Amino acid sequence: MPADPRTIAELARALQARDLSAEEATARCLARIEARNPSINAFIAVRAEQARAEAREADREIAEGRFRGPLQGVPLSIKDIIDLEGLPTTAGSRVRDGHRALADAPIVANLRKAGAIILGKTNLHEFALGTTNEDSAFGPVRHPLDPARSPGGSSGGSAAAVLDGMSFASIGTDTGGSVRIPAAACGLVGLKPSLGEIPLDGIVPLSTTMDHVGPLCRSVEDAGILYDALRGVERPRGTSRDPGPDGPPPHDVRGVRLGVLRGYFVALLDPQVASAFDAACARLADAGAVLDEVEIPHAADIAPIYLHIVLSEAAAFHAKTLDSRADDYTPNVRIRLEMGRYILAQDYVRALRGREVLIAEVEEALRGRNGLLLPSLAVPATKLGAASVKVGSVEEPVRNITLRLTQLFNITGHPAITVPCGATIEGLPIGAQLVGARNATGGLLRLAAAAEPYLGPGTSG
Amino acid sequence: MTLKTWLETAAQDAERRGLTALRPLLETLARATSALRTADWNFDASGESGGASAPDAR
Repeated sequence: MPADPRTIAELARALQARDLSAEEATARCLARIEARNPSINAFIAVRAEQARAEAREADREIAEGRFRGPLQGVPLSIKDIIDLEGLPTTAGSRVRDGHRALADAPIVANLRKAGAIILGKTNLHEFALGTTNEDSAFGPVRHPLDPARSPGGSSGGSAAAVLDGMSFASIGTDTGGSVRIPAAACGLVGLKPSLGEIPLDGIVPLSTTMDHVGPLCRSVEDAGILYDALRGVERPRGTSRDPGPDGPPPHDVRGVRLGVLRGYFVALLDPQVASAFDAACARLADAGAVLDEVEIPHAADIAPIYLHIVLSEAAAFHAKTLDSRADDYTPNVRIRLEMGRYILAQDYVRALRGREVLIAEVEEALRGRNGLLLPSLAVPATKLGAASVKVGSVEEPVRNITLRLTQLFNITGHPAITVPCGATIEGLPIGAQLVGARNATGGLLRLAAAAEPYLGPGTSG
Repeated sequence: MTLKTWLETAAQDAERRGLTALRPLLETLARATSALRTADWNFDASGESGGASAPDAR
């Protein structure tokens, strides 16, 4: 029976054992794209012939014993806000018509150097300014488990592609949660590393002080493989991570200290999300983790601080095209960018002051603990077309409720990862989020690898 | 500039530019700005923290 790997690590083992070829793995992904993309709309561009050729080259290298590492011969996709030489970087917008990337973004060059096969570019919320993927010049992305729902965004095409088996993993960007939100909504692992760790050159900015790049994939181990590759760290042999000094051993949470964020962070949760999260906390405690409750004193200021920073910085980047090509934006994204043009400089500076306050409070919450734990997404995947969603007795705008639990760590720059944490009775995925110390993403990955079996099964198999 | 003045000026400018859909978003932004200006972590030239007494938070 032919190998049927689902994670990068499994595929790497199958490729090295010659149980499967990169060409076969790539052909399976391309066949899935051909069959499913017309209804899901995850991909904007597919480079089938180039991917097949790259896969054949990977097979030749493996046959000759030239191993590059666990990404060699692995088919991946890239959010279409990241430059890939020779292709337009659309950012999901007509504003980018006529663009063609002259070179790969450094992170793409790093992935290629690690031997990855680039299948194509995935759909997104226009210019990454939104969490549903509904506002794209290329149409909405549909959730593979329920086409009436959004896969989350802004890296929604990436999440849908991985969940649906069109791609083993995808690279997205995260300015307020745009990797973690769709990953949680699709039952995947999504990593936002520490601020500034991974180069942003060759990526269309949203907010220059809060943009991050990160992977969406099926396991914490895969997130570690991609995290290393994005930084250009070579792992020429094997697939297991270097143990390193800054985290617990895999699958052992005994004595791990986790601060469970309460107050604001659990005040507005879908009951099924709350129940799944509480059950995951209980499983971790049963396994020996030490959980205590912690609060961020100025959590109520998170959204105002985020809004003033992201919209000011986005408006500055888009000012010229808002004047010259306003009608090329989707109406919702245009109007939100216009909103940013009215923010006063003094209020932007206040928000930067607030950012320092929040950084200090997250640092304090982490003091004496290995990490923080909270839900990733307050509600399951939302219905396409819905402007708001009811949480208990409160009607909340979809944008606010989806950003609510992720945006803090874009403001503060702490690394954060979402890991599957069960599903609703309707089968919609739920995610739990772990947060680590700044500039210690490796430690967070080890913490997440240890916690992953206890957080709960995802839907991604 | 008080928030009330800011909101009136911004809404008038948006209307002049044909962006009538912007008005409710500006009202949302005004509420967020008010929260920023009244946060207890603000400081000002008096040497006191800003908080709810900040003169431009109205």
